[in-house]
Amino acid sequence: MVNLLDIREAGFSYDGKQTIFDRVTFSIKPGEIFCILGPNGIGKSTLLRCLGGLLTLQTGSITLQGQGIHAIGRKELGKQIGFIPQGHQPAFPYSVKEFVLMGRAPYIPIYAMPAEEDHRIAEQAIRSIGLVHLMEKSYTEISGGERQMALFARVLAQNPQLLLLDEPTSHLDLRNQLNTLTLIETLCRQGLTAVLTTHLPDQALLLNATVAIMKDRTFMAVGPAREVITVENLKAAYGIDVQILSSADGRARACVPVKHSA
Amino acid sequence: MKVGENDINKDRRSRNKSRLRQWLLFGSMPLLAFFFSLMLGRFEIAPLMTLKILFSKILGLQADWPPVMEKVVIHVRLVRILAAMLVGAGLSVSGASFQGLFRNPLVSPYILGVSAGAGFGAALGILFSKSILIIQLWAFLCGLGSVALSYGISRLYKQPSEIVLVLAGTIVGAFFTALISFIKYIADPYEKLPAIVFWLMGSFASTSYALLLPALLPMLIPMAILLVIRWRINVLSLGDEEARSLGLDTGRLKVVVVLCATLITSSAVAICGIIGWVGLIIPHIARMLVGPDHGKMIPVSLWIGAVYLVLIDDVARSISAAEIPIGILTALIGAPFFAYLLTRRKTGW
Repeated sequence: MVNLLDIREAGFSYDGKQTIFDRVTFSIKPGEIFCILGPNGIGKSTLLRCLGGLLTLQTGSITLQGQGIHAIGRKELGKQIGFIPQGHQPAFPYSVKEFVLMGRAPYIPIYAMPAEEDHRIAEQAIRSIGLVHLMEKSYTEISGGERQMALFARVLAQNPQLLLLDEPTSHLDLRNQLNTLTLIETLCRQGLTAVLTTHLPDQALLLNATVAIMKDRTFMAVGPAREVITVENLKAAYGIDVQILSSADGRARACVPVKHSA
Repeated sequence: MKVGENDINKDRRSRNKSRLRQWLLFGSMPLLAFFFSLMLGRFEIAPLMTLKILFSKILGLQADWPPVMEKVVIHVRLVRILAAMLVGAGLSVSGASFQGLFRNPLVSPYILGVSAGAGFGAALGILFSKSILIIQLWAFLCGLGSVALSYGISRLYKQPSEIVLVLAGTIVGAFFTALISFIKYIADPYEKLPAIVFWLMGSFASTSYALLLPALLPMLIPMAILLVIRWRINVLSLGDEEARSLGLDTGRLKVVVVLCATLITSSAVAICGIIGWVGLIIPHIARMLVGPDHGKMIPVSLWIGAVYLVLIDDVARSISAAEIPIGILTALIGAPFFAYLLTRRKTGW
């Protein structure tokens, strides 16, 4: 199968002196869920932004369907790649509908207002996420979980092939975490490809994702979640003792830190 | 599913209806304000007579009224009304655009130092010249120059952001304000100083067609551009990263918005001096009426701004025998009104 995204020998530095990551190579297939794990500040979000063309690599290359990502225009990238940022503080109290409509931006000419068709697509997206009752509600007045769903509706209206998510569950309660993860799964079954960063190995297990663990400025392990998320790997990545627990029926697995006994 | 669809369609119908009502309301307000202002004044002319003079002038009919009346209606009132509406609309549109760009509802069109720069230019012009046109030109050029300076300073930083631009604007503003003070200090206290002070307070008293016409294009063209790209400002207001992920070339769009807003404000300041608070509070009123969507809010700001400033100017020119500088009135009305707005959390932020 042809890869959707190819990353070759990628390296990045903000100031040209301190390298954030270096010699990172991997590929993502269409429909795959790719999960980047690693300690705080290791550069997961930076890598994600490079994949979306929001930051530019110092070395190496990123190709989307065989085309170099920086050869693709900003507008075209907006049609191909959706981005769900971590936490989001809107400056103005746009209604959910107005907010979702902004997902149509790459399709609307600079001089034009959203057409009837764009309204229809935005409403369709809101409906399929199940937010119709909040459509005219102000984006600042709804809960964090609902806001996350509105972001997903916006991405649906944007209709990209690749979805980048920066810690999509970091501000959510257990129920909304599960909702978000199942939504990602559903979307990927329908043909979307997702790359997400997370602090929770459990989520990668739950998603049955392809996992890459970042450590020492590169990927220390890449592969299916159940093979890569091991006690040894997590220990090496986070520098602490970790245990992986399974529920009796095998439906739930969790990675928990273990306190050193004094 | 079916129910949701019906709801959406019903929503859309009722939205269309209320939109029509809004357009009628916003469309008729400027017209009413226009005719009301034309009939208002210390020199007594029967209301019907003003209309007759105006339409006869437009249609090129023979005059059968005293020439002084024509002078008052056409060369005193009409030009003032047009200037006030244009400036009110322009300041409001650039204020609304800036608030979206800087993602901050407390931003005014003067945030990047236009007013201080233009004030300095005008003060220089007054000092060295008697020609109003020269003063106007200096105000316009120095207004543009101060924003260019702010923009240049903000570019010196490795990661130029909106907040750096605002800081640069504050720096440039403070610098030119000091220069204004210096010119005031050395200016002839009997002739030049009062002229500078009066100019800085803003007034339409000396407006003429000769003054208004050169400012027409530098105001109308950028206003048209901002109106055309107004929906994009919504996306821009999500912040740089999100706007780029939605396919926007934010760097270029920001330059366009800053350039347009600066041309408008510099021209406005050149026409009538520094009139504060209009570009700050009118967008808020528009937001209260139609919500934060710039697609609706910018056109509504335009209408309300035009009506607001022409009505305030009516007060400035008719409340007393001597003209009151309009900048004083807009601040006297604007500041308490803004305090009132802050108590109403309905606006969202």
